Amino acid sequence: MTTKQTRMKRRDFVQMAGLGIGGLSLPFMGKELPIEALLDNPYDTALKKQLADIALNAAKTKGATYTDVRIGRYLNQFVATREKKVQAVVNTESYGVGIRVIADGCWGFAATNNMSKDAIADCAMRAVAVAKANAKIQGAPVQLAPQKGFGEVSWKAPIEINAFEVPIKEKVDLLMQVNDAALTGRASFINSLIFAVNEQKYFASTDGSYIDQDIHRIYPTFTVTKIDRATGKFETRNAFSAPMGMGYEYLHPRAQDKVPGISTRYKMRYDILEDVKAAVKDAEDKHKAKSVEPGKYDVVLDPTHLWLTIHESVGHPTELDRVLGYEANYAGTSFLTLDKWESKKFNFGSKLVNIVADKTQAGSLGAVGYDDEGVKCGKWDLIKDGILVNYQAIRDQAHIIGLKASQGCCYSQGWDDVQFQRMPNVSLQAGKTKLSVDDMIKNVEKGIYILGNGSFSIDQQRYNFQFGGQTFYEIANGKIVGMLKDVAYQSNTQEFWNACTAICDESDYRLGGSFNDGKGQPSQSSAVSHGSATARFNGVNVINTARKI
Amino acid sequence: MALLSKDDAQAILKKVLSYSKADECTVSINATQGGNIRYARSAVSTAGEVTDTSLAVSASFGKKTGTTTINEFDDASLQKVVARAEELAKLAPENPEYMPLLGPQTYADSIAFSSKTAGMSPESRADMVAQSLQVAKEANLEAAGFLVNSSGISAMMNSKGLFAYSPESSVDFSVTFRNREGTGSGYVSNQYNDVSKLDTLALSKIAASKASMSAGAKAIEPGKYTVILEPLAASDILNGVIRGFDARSADEGRSFMTKKGGGTRLGEQLVSDKVTIYTDPLNPELPGDTWNNDGLPIKRTTWIDKGVVKNLSYSRYWAAQKGVEPLPGSNTFIMEGGNSSTEDLIKGTEKGILVTRFWYIRMVDQQTMLLTGLTRDGTFYIENGQIKFPVKNFRFNESPIIMLNNVDELGKAVRSGSCILPPMRIRDFTFTSLSDAI
Repeated sequence: MTTKQTRMKRRDFVQMAGLGIGGLSLPFMGKELPIEALLDNPYDTALKKQLADIALNAAKTKGATYTDVRIGRYLNQFVATREKKVQAVVNTESYGVGIRVIADGCWGFAATNNMSKDAIADCAMRAVAVAKANAKIQGAPVQLAPQKGFGEVSWKAPIEINAFEVPIKEKVDLLMQVNDAALTGRASFINSLIFAVNEQKYFASTDGSYIDQDIHRIYPTFTVTKIDRATGKFETRNAFSAPMGMGYEYLHPRAQDKVPGISTRYKMRYDILEDVKAAVKDAEDKHKAKSVEPGKYDVVLDPTHLWLTIHESVGHPTELDRVLGYEANYAGTSFLTLDKWESKKFNFGSKLVNIVADKTQAGSLGAVGYDDEGVKCGKWDLIKDGILVNYQAIRDQAHIIGLKASQGCCYSQGWDDVQFQRMPNVSLQAGKTKLSVDDMIKNVEKGIYILGNGSFSIDQQRYNFQFGGQTFYEIANGKIVGMLKDVAYQSNTQEFWNACTAICDESDYRLGGSFNDGKGQPSQSSAVSHGSATARFNGVNVINTARKI
Repeated sequence: MALLSKDDAQAILKKVLSYSKADECTVSINATQGGNIRYARSAVSTAGEVTDTSLAVSASFGKKTGTTTINEFDDASLQKVVARAEELAKLAPENPEYMPLLGPQTYADSIAFSSKTAGMSPESRADMVAQSLQVAKEANLEAAGFLVNSSGISAMMNSKGLFAYSPESSVDFSVTFRNREGTGSGYVSNQYNDVSKLDTLALSKIAASKASMSAGAKAIEPGKYTVILEPLAASDILNGVIRGFDARSADEGRSFMTKKGGGTRLGEQLVSDKVTIYTDPLNPELPGDTWNNDGLPIKRTTWIDKGVVKNLSYSRYWAAQKGVEPLPGSNTFIMEGGNSSTEDLIKGTEKGILVTRFWYIRMVDQQTMLLTGLTRDGTFYIENGQIKFPVKNFRFNESPIIMLNNVDELGKAVRSGSCILPPMRIRDFTFTSLSDAI
């Protein structure tokens, strides 16, 4: 995960910053509209098909041998508050068309927000002109894996409550209750936020597909801050929620989705009011917590934490574009080189480690019917019994690893960015034998139990990483003996996953995820989930992060 | 209509304001056009052109504000966008931090626009990238790079008579060269407003030379080292510091600028007296915005003078709370340097590490600004004033505040991305582990 504000997007950012929300650093885009306009979808599929055909024909006339057209309407809504104030209620919409072509064996792309028939035809011709200008400095011609056309099809995320149909007042009231609970509990500050996304995507290609999709995501979150004026120190605790590929139902708590323990954690439903009370106590306790003694510990990692370690150390190095060098100038390459995969015996992790890529998992951020180049989505193994067995590929890469078809990993953050290879959901499979978190901790002599994600950093080939967390508990002789602070662990990906000695069973399996995974130039954001059960890693190097300035 | 003239922008904004019935109203236009080429494995991977224009309207009744935008410019659309903003304002909760709009202001003319940059085409971009690819071919290296240009205007007008307009352009170029064995990697990156300052051939040669020089790196023990940070490495690590000079978070007790017992560190000696940092939107090498979205003029401002904190930024609301003048923050900064080159700094180093750039920098502790990250694309061991051999990349855990207290010598300041700053020699920089990454 990387983020870098590109120059082209900066103006959008500055304009939004003028609304008083710039400090929130959210991956928003587009223009703002009142809610009633968002619900009134003026663009039916018949019109979109007509516009798409104009682009397909115009590109062909100019000499394109392949064309795809993405007509996208991207809606964001967020309600942001601090303490007793609503900072921003924002609806954004972005509508436009992105046209990608192959001409003279080279890719070209152009995008416009002008949706007149003439402007779309002109945009298609500009995409061809870009391809032809670059063909003279192109190496080998683009080789696309074959993809059959699906005709006119559609896919909708299986949500129960469309977050965009829930009145603003209901969201404001909920967040005000959250903030009240925090302030009543003597938090110094609280920031809270509900962020909802709806992507209405229409895809058409010269393969004969016309695909209409409706995708929803939601992310409720908060940060509680507790200040100690006398010492000048402050401590924070973030929400244990996850961004989900769900509707507003995620915010309706349900008993069966609560995981009891030292902190309550959540599966497919989240209890934000319960979590904020726990967060205030945690932030207070962190002031009194013992500063960690650096050294080797067995770490027990909760899914609220482990998702990010999976994302950085498994998700990114198995991206085929990184392996091949397409990201060398930005996100980096990968230590999982093709020879390691070809050997069929590269020990990525211990035999317990089974990791799957999955674009179909219900409730996940990455779930879609078809990717952004018209490939039907599926599920496959990346790491099987600890061995590297596969990567994540798109159509113009499939032939390089001998695949007959793409794995459906193509995504663009909007109509105005070109689609490219992005991470599917990448998840650690739960242990096959019954094991609870309590039983796991009972066997740990000297360890640290880590919940929530904190600071994260990993090198450009994904060997060396360092992760923090939200809360840390010292384990001594099978028991939790108190809270720790100033904890971060450093390891090497292959050593770390080979030190995985236990994984809890399916009953502990939960999703975490990122709303804004950054990659590509210009940098694009994508949303992706990572599932796991609590897992144990032996002998991990822990450092103390306290400093004085 | 990507590049609106000042008169055209003013005419549209006036017309939109004339439709408003709100107590207060602000209207702004952003228009951009640009293109890019991305290349990897020594060939173009993606390339594109994008245009977009948007109009934003913020209408307020009392302390209730609604904001909408649109990207169609016929009269009916303009009337609709104002009406929608007013509807939304009536539905919005009151914002107790709402500040009445500013009246007319005087701004310096922005010098951030270059017609040469605005005139770039798919062909001119392809020619510039071809030069970089030629370097790769001649040196038998793999090249991966990115060239992007954008141009546009921002304009704003409000119902109290304020009007602001700025054109801007920029071009960014970066390239990574790697040897075929994957044992060496070199990188350059820079940004300019005027494309005639960009030499993709010269920059590519620097990256290619680093790729060759960095091959066969040796592992040395992590620990505290004297480091020489090239301007790119220094900007990587110092970029976030000025954004932390915010009075409100310091007053609230949640910033590295917070003073023990309450208050801020304004006026304190925070870092070495060798350090002076300011912003200046009229610096010709690094032209910046001359106004912000509150309508406040952005002027030359000193943040650190000989190590002493001289200013913190105040939003209009927080300034009113504290009874001081508002002071806009900045996205760019200039750090003063000396006259030495990076080579001079190397010559004056008995034992140390030369760092080309840092990567994946994240905040570990907001309290101390402790950062972690790694070296990348060319890290070298220096002994007796000479580069001896390339070394494996390190992970560091270091606070830029501690680092700026350990300044040994500063070289000549140059532009790197959105700052101007010198190469610097720093004592006791903390590397905590080794990375196998190349």
